[in-house]
Amino acid sequence: MTSASTANDSALVARLTEAATAIRRTSVTAVYHATSGHPGGALSSADLFACIYGAALRGGEDLARDRFVLSKGHGAPALYATGAQFGLCSVKEALSLRKLGSKFQGHPHVLDLPWVETSTGSLGQGFSVAIGMALGLKMKKSGARVYTMLGDGELQEGEVWEGAMCAAHHKLDNLVAVIDYNKLQSDDTNANIMGLEPLGEKWRAFGWHVQEIDGHNIALILDALGKAAVAGSKPHVIIAHTVKGRGVPYMENVPTWHGSVKMTPEQTEDALRALGVAETDLKKWIEGNV
Amino acid sequence: MSSAPQLIASSTDSLRESFGKALTRLAPDYPDVVVLDADIAGGTGVHHFRKAFPERFIQFGIAEQNMMAAAGGLAAVGMIPIVTTFAVFCLRAVEQARLSIAYSNRNVKIVASHPGLDVGPDGGSAQALEDMAAFRAIPGMTVISPADSAEMALATKAILDFKGPVYMRTGRSASTKVFGGDHRFEIGKGQIIRPGADLTIVACGVEVARALDAANLLEKKGIAARVVNMATIKPIDTTLLKQCAEETGAFVTAEDHNIHGGLGGAVAEALAGHAPAPIEFVGLKDRFGESGEPEELAQHLGIGANSIAAAAEKVLKRKKI
Repeated sequence: MTSASTANDSALVARLTEAATAIRRTSVTAVYHATSGHPGGALSSADLFACIYGAALRGGEDLARDRFVLSKGHGAPALYATGAQFGLCSVKEALSLRKLGSKFQGHPHVLDLPWVETSTGSLGQGFSVAIGMALGLKMKKSGARVYTMLGDGELQEGEVWEGAMCAAHHKLDNLVAVIDYNKLQSDDTNANIMGLEPLGEKWRAFGWHVQEIDGHNIALILDALGKAAVAGSKPHVIIAHTVKGRGVPYMENVPTWHGSVKMTPEQTEDALRALGVAETDLKKWIEGNV
Repeated sequence: MSSAPQLIASSTDSLRESFGKALTRLAPDYPDVVVLDADIAGGTGVHHFRKAFPERFIQFGIAEQNMMAAAGGLAAVGMIPIVTTFAVFCLRAVEQARLSIAYSNRNVKIVASHPGLDVGPDGGSAQALEDMAAFRAIPGMTVISPADSAEMALATKAILDFKGPVYMRTGRSASTKVFGGDHRFEIGKGQIIRPGADLTIVACGVEVARALDAANLLEKKGIAARVVNMATIKPIDTTLLKQCAEETGAFVTAEDHNIHGGLGGAVAEALAGHAPAPIEFVGLKDRFGESGEPEELAQHLGIGANSIAAAAEKVLKRKKI
């Protein structure tokens, strides 16, 4: 369990920083091998994934186990890369993203991969499923928590606000929503498509415990997750300000990299270099022998 | 000062009342059953359950999309969620039922009241004539439409014992008694409830009673119509349909639903693949409903006993001797 004290644990921060970099490498390479997919959102969310899987989620039997639901299902490359980083699958499996016969579909499917908890890919639904899980766990007297990650564009779905009302009404303090707020969606900026601000005020008005943080600062993410783990009477939302394409300079904040793209070997190598892969190791990533 | 308004109570022998009472009676034996409501418990019959088991009743407010997907989450942690709303509002959340329930193979029961013209005076906007088609098209979804209160009670137990996603229609209006105490209900099985060799009328829901009336009308003209109660629309009872094709050679389907994609569609698909026979379809002819009492609407829009009988005479002319 995270707490303010672990947030100051420099060894943990270093370990999670390294995990986030590994998640970025696997995500980008998976999108390259798939010849389609969304690299931008995977890169913006990598630090959040590293902290949630590396420091927040508690294991245990059936009902005692914390759950994570990727409501922004198109973030699958990062989810699979996270699974590879934390022993839920191999890197090679994560690189089978979107291929015929692979269990690592373009969007997560629970019947293929039980550890993804529920099938997602239609925005807004994973959030509602997480609410159902949080309600059910409370009814079954479990102390487990449910974490869910939403995209910013996803917040334009009406279902999200139905759920926001519902979670607050039922006082689901065991629910933690993390918003990957990278400000860009499929076609353009959030602001140009359908403005979301004032976002924190909206969630507060809906009755949530709201934290706004830099979503790339590991120590701050850990601190926020720790504060969201405190029981009370409100569900928790962490609005994590992120940069789409983070870690690969040529992708950062360049709209073209935010939709589903086909990456060339050269682009992939450049991305991996930026993510600290040694020249001598580039070939094995491109060949998928990792 | 005027007196308090008189609230319209639901008919005591409606399918929704039968469902709500059966569920409440069964609940002690099914501790994981929880009921999800979107502010219409009095309309769907689950007010009985709410009164008896308030701690197992979850209010979602008027927000069906969140309710439908949250049911998937409740099932994921071991609950048996019963999603209750009007059939027309189930249509609003078809995609949630698809992804978060069926695609994830969750043990959720969607129980829809107020289907079809049976809704009556609320009019066209409230009369769901597309729900069976929409839910039937979702892989893995079982679709059920019982005929009377007795069958509804049996079907309620059957869906609790069945593991997997189910969509079940109840009904708003007073129901006509079809079955006696010896009736048995099994998911996926139809029954011949009136013998006859000239043709087979396959019906579900409120149309079963009308099909029996039609068979009486036909008998007076010397036509022996067999009536099949097909409470499970999916999976359809192909074995029984094949038997009826061999023994009667012609069909009428009758449903309180659009003729496209519901019972008629299911019967036509099954027969086309196994035992082709002429079929006439009784249902809404690809149009919406309107206000009126259910029986008036049935007459006016062509799903009454007279229309079923007329369709039977028509299909007999197409039957190969």
